[in-house]
Amino acid sequence: MTKVLTHSVTRPLALFAAALCLSLPLAVPFATPAAAQDGPLRIEITEGVIEPLPFAAPVFEAETSGSAELAAQITQVVADDLTGTGLFRAIPQEAHIARVTSFASPVQYADWKAINAQALITGAVAVTGDRVNVKFRLYDVFSGAEMGDGLQFSGTTAGWRRMAHKVADAVYSRITGEGPYFDSRVVHVAETGPKNDRRKRLAIMDYDGANVQYLTDSSSIVLAPRFSPTGDRVLYTSYETGFPKIYVLDVASVNRRTLNTPEGTMSFAPRFAPNGQTIVYSLTQGGNTDIFSMDIASGASTRLTSAPSIETAPSFSPDGSRIVFESDRSGSQQLYIMPVGGGEPTRISFGQGRYGTPVWSPRGDLIAFTKQSKGRFHIGVMRTDGSEERLLTASFLDEGPTWAPNGRVIMFTRETQGAAGEAALYSVDISGRNLKRVRTEGAASDPSWSPLQ
Amino acid sequence: MKHLTRAMLIVSALALAACSQNERFDNDVALGGAGANGAIVPGSANDPTSPLYFQSAVGDRVLFAVDQHTLSDAARLTLNAQAQWLMANPDYTAVIEGHADEQGTREYNLALGGRRANAAREYLITQGVSPARLRTVTYGKERPIEICSVESCYAKNRRAVTVLAAGAIS
Repeated sequence: MTKVLTHSVTRPLALFAAALCLSLPLAVPFATPAAAQDGPLRIEITEGVIEPLPFAAPVFEAETSGSAELAAQITQVVADDLTGTGLFRAIPQEAHIARVTSFASPVQYADWKAINAQALITGAVAVTGDRVNVKFRLYDVFSGAEMGDGLQFSGTTAGWRRMAHKVADAVYSRITGEGPYFDSRVVHVAETGPKNDRRKRLAIMDYDGANVQYLTDSSSIVLAPRFSPTGDRVLYTSYETGFPKIYVLDVASVNRRTLNTPEGTMSFAPRFAPNGQTIVYSLTQGGNTDIFSMDIASGASTRLTSAPSIETAPSFSPDGSRIVFESDRSGSQQLYIMPVGGGEPTRISFGQGRYGTPVWSPRGDLIAFTKQSKGRFHIGVMRTDGSEERLLTASFLDEGPTWAPNGRVIMFTRETQGAAGEAALYSVDISGRNLKRVRTEGAASDPSWSPLQ
Repeated sequence: MKHLTRAMLIVSALALAACSQNERFDNDVALGGAGANGAIVPGSANDPTSPLYFQSAVGDRVLFAVDQHTLSDAARLTLNAQAQWLMANPDYTAVIEGHADEQGTREYNLALGGRRANAAREYLITQGVSPARLRTVTYGKERPIEICSVESCYAKNRRAVTVLAAGAIS
């Protein structure tokens, strides 16, 4: 029951497929014995569009008195996580024929087949003091077998949503073969006030908008927070001194400090290296903006570009060996890749329009970007050599993509036009499917997705 | 000729002043500024040594074309007048704010605002203002003064604004 499964993804995914596809049953060969135990239930990412996979998640059993409400809430969050991907569809509990009275009792597959549930998720919740323990099992209804082993997670009752996200992550990963991402957070800028007097403060929340916490007040403009590779710190730009400067904030203590940059300069667009010790950022001096790196501990900076053009928005490759950035050295904003220590960059974007804010996928295979073309803004992805460009969105103003920890979903800022224009967070699959607004308390911009917690 | 240029400047500056904002100096002295006996009220827009006069009569801002930071002829005229005023009023320093319209990504617009502020600063220096009195800051697209999403608003947001402060640069 407490065995922790690891899930190996051994097949390259067809990332540039026209859409996500669900093909069941499908016997996919796995390389690892653990994975080979999995049944044929599987959402395969390939071409074509098929209906979301129907699943049943009867309310988790309350194993202790007083845990019924929490059990219902956890079941709901599990279902919301899965349906929120657009890959799954929950069969309403009212339609269920079978009643799961005990987590331990055998599954009546015929009753679940009858309502065409392809996957069945059962669970049990026990509360002891301020601790909650959540168990779950996943069944492949049509092959009449459990899919993977049961798992259990425990934590504080206050952190119950994380338990639910972990259950949903396990289900999602087993069925899609993709890495998990529900148990993650998003740091962003919360916005209030009219367009000509916008108030901004840093906020952090769960990936689904729950558990919002504000990290700064709105006395100074704050911009573009970026998570550290372990999610313990956030880099951001603040006008606290009257001039844009980079700060690093400890998420647990909310303590912040400014990073050392020369007097009379402006610094912004910081991002962590995968080692968590080095950052890259833009520095404007004498009207010219170039890219520098800095060792956070010593504060020592190294110049990486030296050109009269604008060089900004740097982002590391996940192996830390290269940096993708934008430059207008060709006459318009385009994307370039250079070695981590600087040196001759290689241009990778060649399409019509302007390309900015490149962000390397945590998988290493893709670069997400903002594209401006013919008065519209798009979020897109391309391979790291610039090939296979795909635009995922289009609007008056989309910008600033950030990757889910599994490299399958992108979150970004969408701002509406006009005097009442307002920013909101949206997410979209890298297939371009499942575009949706992310729940926030008010207007929001500049999301940065944390690693898996 | 010099007087004519000056007069034109004041006219155009007054037109611009209609949309200017007092960002550092509160407008606690009534515009118009003439006392009951017709004398100039110190600190008013009629007082040629006042920041209000700088904002309204000299013109505190210059505008830029889309994605550009080169100074137009009109911008140079405004900056000429700014330089004269700054040299005549040596107690003031200035922070030049560079701004962009909303049609661009956040980081690029910060860099572009930096270019615009610097273009104004460099020009003021060529006209004799001490570099030690002039600092720049970019706001990118963070502080539009006009909020519609059409070119008439964008044109006013693509600006470099010379904001006066009393005393030395910190």
